[in-house]
Amino acid sequence: MAFDQNSKRIFKVVGSRPPRPDGVEKVTGRALYGADMTAPGMLSGAILRSPHAHARIVSIDTSAAEALQGVKAVVTSADFGVPDDEFLRDVQDNCMARGKVLYHGHALGAVAATSAAVAKQALALIVVDYEILPHVTDVDAAMRPDAPVVQEGRSLENVGPGLSQNVTSYCEFGHGDLDAGFDQADLIISRSFKTAATHQGYIEPHACLASLSADGRGDLWCCTQGQFFVRTLCAGILGIEASQLRVTASEIGGGFGGKTTVFIEPVALTLARKSGRPVKIVMSREEVFKATGPTVSSSMDIKIGMTREGRITAAQAQLRYQGGAFPCGTVEMGAQAAFAAYDLAAVQTQGWNVLTNRPKEAAYRAPGAPMAIYAVESVVDELCQQLALDPLAVRLMNAAQKGTLSSYGPTFDDIGLRATLEAAQAHPHYSAPLRPNQGRGLSCGFWFNFGGNTCVSLNINTDGTVGITEGNPDIGGSRASISLMAAEELGIPYDKVRTIVADTSSLGYNDVTDGSRVTFSVGLATIEAARSAIKVMCGRAARIWGIEEDAVIWEDGCAKPAGPNAGAFPPMSLAEIAAVSANTGGPIAGHFEVNADGAGVSFGVHLADVEVDPETGATKVLRYTVFQDAGKAVHPDYVEGQMQGGAVQGIGWALNEEYIYGADGRLQNAGFLDYRTPVASDLPNIDTVILEIPNPGHPYGVRGVGETPIVPPLAALSNAVSRAIGVRLNELPMSPPKVLGAIMQRG
Amino acid sequence: MRYERPQTATQAAQLLANEPGLARILAGGTDVLVQMKAGMVTPDLVVDIKKIAQIGNIQSEEGGYRIGAAVSGAQLGEHAGVCAQWPGVVEAAQLIGSTQVQGRATMVGNLCNGSPAADSVPALVAANAVARITGPNGTRDCPVADIPAGPGRTTLTKGELITSVFLPARPQGAADAYLRFTPRTEMDIAVASAAVSLTLDAQGRCCEARVVLGAVAPRVVLVAEAAAALIGTHLEPPALDAMVAACRAACAPIDDKRGTVAFRTQVAGVLAKRAAVIAQTRAGAKS
Ligand SMILES: Cc1cc2nc3c(=O)[nH]c(=O)nc-3n(C[C@H](O)[C@H](O)[C@H](O)COP(=O)(O)OP(=O)(O)OC[C@H]3O[C@@H](n4cnc5c(N)ncnc54)[C@H](O)[C@@H]3O)c2cc1C
Repeated sequence: MAFDQNSKRIFKVVGSRPPRPDGVEKVTGRALYGADMTAPGMLSGAILRSPHAHARIVSIDTSAAEALQGVKAVVTSADFGVPDDEFLRDVQDNCMARGKVLYHGHALGAVAATSAAVAKQALALIVVDYEILPHVTDVDAAMRPDAPVVQEGRSLENVGPGLSQNVTSYCEFGHGDLDAGFDQADLIISRSFKTAATHQGYIEPHACLASLSADGRGDLWCCTQGQFFVRTLCAGILGIEASQLRVTASEIGGGFGGKTTVFIEPVALTLARKSGRPVKIVMSREEVFKATGPTVSSSMDIKIGMTREGRITAAQAQLRYQGGAFPCGTVEMGAQAAFAAYDLAAVQTQGWNVLTNRPKEAAYRAPGAPMAIYAVESVVDELCQQLALDPLAVRLMNAAQKGTLSSYGPTFDDIGLRATLEAAQAHPHYSAPLRPNQGRGLSCGFWFNFGGNTCVSLNINTDGTVGITEGNPDIGGSRASISLMAAEELGIPYDKVRTIVADTSSLGYNDVTDGSRVTFSVGLATIEAARSAIKVMCGRAARIWGIEEDAVIWEDGCAKPAGPNAGAFPPMSLAEIAAVSANTGGPIAGHFEVNADGAGVSFGVHLADVEVDPETGATKVLRYTVFQDAGKAVHPDYVEGQMQGGAVQGIGWALNEEYIYGADGRLQNAGFLDYRTPVASDLPNIDTVILEIPNPGHPYGVRGVGETPIVPPLAALSNAVSRAIGVRLNELPMSPPKVLGAIMQRG
Repeated sequence: MRYERPQTATQAAQLLANEPGLARILAGGTDVLVQMKAGMVTPDLVVDIKKIAQIGNIQSEEGGYRIGAAVSGAQLGEHAGVCAQWPGVVEAAQLIGSTQVQGRATMVGNLCNGSPAADSVPALVAANAVARITGPNGTRDCPVADIPAGPGRTTLTKGELITSVFLPARPQGAADAYLRFTPRTEMDIAVASAAVSLTLDAQGRCCEARVVLGAVAPRVVLVAEAAAALIGTHLEPPALDAMVAACRAACAPIDDKRGTVAFRTQVAGVLAKRAAVIAQTRAGAKS
C-alpha cells in the first residue's frame, strides 16, 4: 500500500490529540480486564508450581486433592494430549510440565474448585515425588559441553561441535572482508558484555475465564495481545476446531510482548472440560514473575575498528542469549539489529540461542535488539572517547541511509536515522553544560517493524456515524488512531467514529498486536476499508442523481458531482447518504483484508544526562530526550507515550531491573519490591522530539513506534554513567553496588 | 479467624494472652495485612488496637512527646512540635512507603514487625525513645533499643503490646537526622541506613551524640565508638573519618539480593557521615 504521492496532503484530523476513548472507563473502574469476567457456576482455578529448578516428576498423586469437598477437577499433563507439532508441544509443556519440571515455578498440576480458598487448599494436597536434577541458569555455563542438559535432542545441526546440547540454534549475518576492514582501523576495541533478564512488568497479571460445554463449543475471555493466536494455540492443544472456540480479548493492562502467547488459557479450558463448569484463573504477581516470559539474558563479545577520523572500518558481534527452558529464536533478531544503524563495508554478527532452567522467554518490546545494540553502542562510545571524537558526529559519519546495504541483508529505503541524529545535534540538550560527577550518554536504536495479517470492517450507520471492527487488542491507543484515520479518510469528525476490538468469530485472522504493527497495518486496512465504503457511497449518490458512478467524487465528507458536466447537484453528506441507504441498496460497509508489507524500519536516538553519587554508586537520571522517526504521528500524545514508556522501561533495565537466581536455581525476587522497576520519582520528565519522515509503505506515511524506544536507553545510560565515573561499565543492570565497586577499583 | 477491637489496652493484652493459636496485632496493617494476603501468616486472632483510648494521640509530656502506638506517619508529620524537636524521627517515619501507606503505617508497627531494615527504628533508638508496654501483668517501660530481638522477632512476651513511644525533652542546640540508601527513590527497602542525634554546646562543639545503623546487622546497631568520635569535636574531617571507621567496624551485614556485605558496610559509613552533618546543621540553626 504505497504512500499517497499526491500527499502534499494537509491532514485535518490525523495529527490531532483528542482525549483517549478508553480514558473514562479506565479511570472510573468500569473497563473490563481479564479478571473482571464472571460466569454462572464459575469455578476458581489454581496452579501447582515446581519448587525446583530442574527435576524429574517421578509421580503425582492427586487423590487427596480430588477428595476434598468443593474440588471439581484436578488436571496434570496426563489430561492433555501430546501435540504432533513441536512448537505447539513446547507451548503446552510450558503450560503444564510433562515428565520433568524445567524451572522454578513451572506448572505441573491444576485444580478447579468452588472457591479460591478451596483450590489453594487442594493444591497443598497434591503429592509430588521429585527426583532433583542438576540445573543451570547462566548462559555461558549452559553452553559448556558438561553443563546439565535442560532438554535432550533440541540442538539444530548448524550448531558447531564442542558445545552443550543446550545450544539449540546458531545464526550468522553480514557482508564484506572483516580482516581487511580491521587492517584499516587506527583503533580496535574488543569488549565483553552481560545483560540480565528483565520482565515486561505489565500492571495486569494474566487472567482468563474458560468455558467448554459438553457439545465441544468453547468460549474464552482473556487478557491477551492476540485473541486469534490464542485460539490457534488453544484449539491446537485441546484438539478442537477453530470455529468452535471463540476467544474474546479483554481490556488489557499492558503487555509489551509478554502477552503474545498462552500460559493459563489451555489449563483453564482443560479444567473446564473436565469439570463441565466455567473456570477462571488469575495469576498472582509472583506467578507472573516466575512463570511468564521475561526477556532473554545475554553474554556478548563486540569488536569494532575505527579510523582516527571516526569511520568504522569493520565490526563484529558474537551474541549468546539464553531464553529459558524452551528453544527460541530471539538471538536472530539481536544479530540482525546489532549494526543496523551503520553503513559498514565489513560486518559480521553471530548468534547462539541457549536453553537454561529459567522460564521460557517471551517477546519484550523489540525482542533481542536492546542488548545487542547496547553492547555495540557502548563500544562505539568508547572508541569515540579514546579517539577524542564527538559521539554524535561519529554516528552521523557512519549512519545508514537510503541505499545503504544493511548489516542484515536488505538495502534501506527512506529511513529517518540521519534526520534524527541531526535533530539531536541541534537540540539544546546536546550542548547543555555538565557538572562534576555528571555524564551524557548517547545511543541509536532500531527496530524492523512488522505488518502482517489484518482484517477490518467499517460500517456506515444510518445515523451518519461509523463503527469500525478490528481484531487487535488496543495496547497503546490504537482505537483512537484507527478512528482518526477513518475520520480523516471519510471527511467526518473524529467523534462520529467508534472502533471496537472484536472476538475471533467476528473477523478473519488478525496477527497478534506485536511488531509495532497495529497503527501501521490496521490503519492501512482502515483507510482502504474507508475507501471502499466511499466507493459504495459515491455509487449510491450516483443512483440518486441518476448519473454515472464515476461522475461522483468524495470531498470533505460529501459526495459531489465530479464537475459541471456531471450535473448540478448539491453535495450529499455521509449522513444524508446513510439515512436513505435502505432505499438505495441496503447497508453500507467497507472491508479490507491484507497481509501487509512495507512496515518501514524505525530509528531513534536518545540523549541521557546522569549524575552518579561517587560515595554510593547511585545514579540519578537528570535529563532525558528521545528523538524518533514516527513516519506520521497519527495521535501525537500516544506516540510520545510510546517514546516515554520505552525510555522508562529501558532506564529500569539499565539501572536496577534483573532476575536474580540463587545457587539453588530459585528465583529470589518474584515481586516488585525486589524487582526494581523505576517509580515516577526516579525519573525526570522524558522529553520527546517526533520526526516525520514518511514511510513509503503506508498511505499516510505511518511507521510503527512502539518498540524502537526501548532500544537506546541501555547504552545511553551506560555511556552516561561510564563518562560520569571515568570507568567503562560492561554489565547491566548498573545497580549501585556494581557502580560503587567500579568507582572504588578506579581509586 | 477472629477479629477483635478492644476498648482498652488491658483488654487487648488479655485477648492476646488467652489466644492459644497465632495472634497478630493490627495497627496500620501495612505489614500484617500484606503478610496475610501473601499467605505468610494466617492468624487465628487479629486484635485491632485503634479503638483503644489515647492510642491515636500525640501528647506533650515533661517537655517531650508521647506518641500513641496507632499514630500514623502522616499524623506525625503534621505535628509541629514533634517536627521541630525530632526532625530525624519524623523524616524516618515519613520515608515509610508512599502517601497511601503513610496514612496507615505506624512507628510501633514498624518496630514490632521486626525488620532489620525498618526505617523508623534507628531514628527512635538514636532519640533514646522509650516504649510503654501493657501486658497481662501490668505496664512497663522499655528502651526502644531493647525491643528488636532479630529478624521478625521482638523481646515482647506473649500478651504484651506497646501502647506508646516516648520521645524525651531535649536542650537547645540539639537535633537529629536519618538517611537511608535505596536503589529506588520510593517504594523500596533500606539497604543500609543511619540515624544521628546530637547536641551542640554554646561553642558549637558536640557534647552528646548517638549514632545508630540499620540494615547492617540482624538488629539495629547503636555504635558507641562512633558517638565517642564526635563528642568534643566540631565534626571536623578527622572526627567524621573516625566516626565513619567506627560505623564500618560495627557493621555485620549479609550478602543478599538487596546488597553485598562490602556495599552495605561502605554505604553505612557514608550515610552516617552525611546524617551527622545534617544533624549538626539543624542543631546549629536551633542554638
Ligand atoms: C507499599 C509498602 C511500602 C513500605 N515501605 C516501607 C519503607 O519504606 N520502610 C519501612 O521501614 N517499612 C515499609 N513498609 C512496611 C510497613 O509499612 C511498616 O513497617 C509500617 O511501619 C508498619 O506499621 P503498621 O502500623 O502498618 O503495622 P501493622 O502491619 O499493623 O503491624 C506490623 C507488626 O507489628 C505488630 N504490632 C503492631 N502494633 C503493635 C503494638 N502496638 N504492639 C506490639 N506489636 C504491634 C503486629 O502484630 C505486626 O506483627 C512498607 C509497606 C508497604 C505495604
